Amino acid sequence: MSKPRIALFVTCLVDLYRPSVGFAAIKLLEDAGCEVVVPLAQTCCGQPAFNSGDRASAQEIARQVIAAFLPYDYVVAPSGSCAGMISHHYPGLFAEHDPEARGQAEALAAKTHELTSFLTDVLKVRHVEATYDGTVTYHDSCSGLRELGVKAQPRRLLESVQGLGLTEMADSEICCGFGGTFCVKYPEISTRMVSDKVANITATGADTLLAGDLGCLLNMAGRLKREGSTIRVRHVAEVLAGVADAPPIGDAS
Amino acid sequence: MNSTSPQFKENARKAMADAGLQKALGTAKGAFLQRRAAAVAGLPEFEQLRNTARDIKNHTLANLDFYLEKFAENVERAGGHVHWCSTAEEARAAVLEICRKANAKTVTKGKSIISEEMGINHHLEAHGITPVETDLGEYIIQLRGEIPSHIIAPAFHLNREDWEADFRRAHTDLDPDRVFHERRDILTEARTRLRQKFLAADVGITGANFLIAETGSSVIVTNEGNGDLTQTLPRVHIALASIEKVVPTLEDATSLLRVLARSATGQDFSVYTTFSTGGRRKGDLDGPEEYHVVLLDNGRSNMMGTEFQEMLRCIRCAACMNHCPVYGTTGGHAYGWVYPGPMGSVLTPSLIGVKEAGHLPNASTFCGRCESVCPVKIPLPKLMRHWREREFERHLQPGGVRTGLGIWAWFAKRPGMYRLASRLGIGALGWLGRKKGAFKSLPLAQGWTEGRDLPVPQGRTFMDEYAKRQRNHSDSRVPRGGAGR
Repeated sequence: MSKPRIALFVTCLVDLYRPSVGFAAIKLLEDAGCEVVVPLAQTCCGQPAFNSGDRASAQEIARQVIAAFLPYDYVVAPSGSCAGMISHHYPGLFAEHDPEARGQAEALAAKTHELTSFLTDVLKVRHVEATYDGTVTYHDSCSGLRELGVKAQPRRLLESVQGLGLTEMADSEICCGFGGTFCVKYPEISTRMVSDKVANITATGADTLLAGDLGCLLNMAGRLKREGSTIRVRHVAEVLAGVADAPPIGDAS
Repeated sequence: MNSTSPQFKENARKAMADAGLQKALGTAKGAFLQRRAAAVAGLPEFEQLRNTARDIKNHTLANLDFYLEKFAENVERAGGHVHWCSTAEEARAAVLEICRKANAKTVTKGKSIISEEMGINHHLEAHGITPVETDLGEYIIQLRGEIPSHIIAPAFHLNREDWEADFRRAHTDLDPDRVFHERRDILTEARTRLRQKFLAADVGITGANFLIAETGSSVIVTNEGNGDLTQTLPRVHIALASIEKVVPTLEDATSLLRVLARSATGQDFSVYTTFSTGGRRKGDLDGPEEYHVVLLDNGRSNMMGTEFQEMLRCIRCAACMNHCPVYGTTGGHAYGWVYPGPMGSVLTPSLIGVKEAGHLPNASTFCGRCESVCPVKIPLPKLMRHWREREFERHLQPGGVRTGLGIWAWFAKRPGMYRLASRLGIGALGWLGRKKGAFKSLPLAQGWTEGRDLPVPQGRTFMDEYAKRQRNHSDSRVPRGGAGR
């Protein structure tokens, strides 16, 4: 059987902020027997426009993503938020009276997955070759959790990482206060929410915080730094791929 | 009622600085969440019931005119009266007229949020009639001259100490040695005061959790029994309800009751569930002589046929606000009008206009917890997003937000330009922060850096780095990756 061809949806935050997450995702997918392609015509999934009420821009960006990604067997993103945008919201951007665009959006939606869920639920990966010396706690990012049901998948994969211990935080399913543009539109409320989150993270005694979405990670890492914490923050893909050699998020090299 | 919704940010700031409020929010929130979770876990068919509840409301809304007329017909048949009111003003007038005809001096009231929307209390007071709130939470709110901060627990924002202080202030004849250590002490004091009021009242006003079309009945659920005393002791009972409260049958109402209390307080059922059909009939031992239903539209019929119609499924359980991390941070008063939390963020703009209430649908992270617990499955984040679309269409957002978004979108639609600009921008940012891991502050990023550091990017974009690795493909080093288009 030929290898499934995966188009990697890098996500704008990984592209801009943390390329190492994208390379970790490629490694995980290749190790699991996939051929990985990075379509060049990608920028962002369009969620900032969509959630700001600019439906026309969101639609235009979606058309671009659909054209670039539809030819592949699967689309995988190291983010529940962006994968959720494509798989849950793209079809609704196109009206019933545009059956062609809607049909394409639905087809793309059906083959788009969040990374850990794709590895676990589609590829049936049960084990990764990685070691990590530390105790981690895992934050469930909202879109992945509630739109895509990502909860057990990353934990299951983390269990197979040599040397890694997992300690659950209280309220791991409560929003960290990022919310895309919310965090800059309502910075005070957002800061209060992320402070509560950081208190729960710190209370676990874990030395590392992991999550599957860079937006939440930047927010939590930023607050941890502001409070002077030494907890290391990483995207779960970096640990699963065993490529946690870049400095943690917010740490100097 | 005037709103302070345009001042949402200031309201929220004050709320976050209010230590008493923050304490109350922490205590009350936790209790609601645990009880709901336990109640839902105890009923295996709960998820199925949510679908049933949603379907009942959808069917009713699709035939709303029919069921409202049927309801009104059956109220009249049972000897009651229905007053159709398009606006809050008409509703106030209808209530005042009924009270005047009854020569009412005092009016007892069960908890009714629609009464807040109508602004009944002020109107009655202005015309020499004394309204007395009899729900424990509403009673203290009335003493304080506030509005409810929560739709089922009006005094959600208060602590026991606040109750004690207010009682000592308002009940001037109170023995200074009286203790208020527990909820029971508070309850006893309120009960003693209210007993005389119940007996003296000429008119009793309640809300309605459901109106039943096939019988012409109104239904209330309470835990204190005050609603029953309000609607059975006085000569006249007025039930206030908005038009979407109607359901076709008793069977439908009982299906909805099965999800209501579980979602709201985590009880299997409220302590009292009372059905009222008409006034006292010949041979009845008790009940009011007159039974009136004041039916309020106030903008709801304008929601019909729009994307906001789904909001009219709401049965006012408050699960959305109990589970909302923003509500949990600011409390209900910050929202500035009658309905706080996620349901208010959708309903308030529909009723008082999105220009006035524009902050509310924006003050959400779209975490989706509200939708996940809604007993009638209202897609609250989706509806808030629809409001943001209306705001965008009407240029109601702040200019800076729109400009920033416009610039971003221009690039996002042009991958080549985007790659070029992002490579430069991120390169510069990475260079600026090359010796540190995170920025303490950064021009144009105050919104972010006010409360947290901004992690420094790795310095090259993924696309840039990836292209470089592709060029060095002959090394065939991991990770490889294939060529894209």
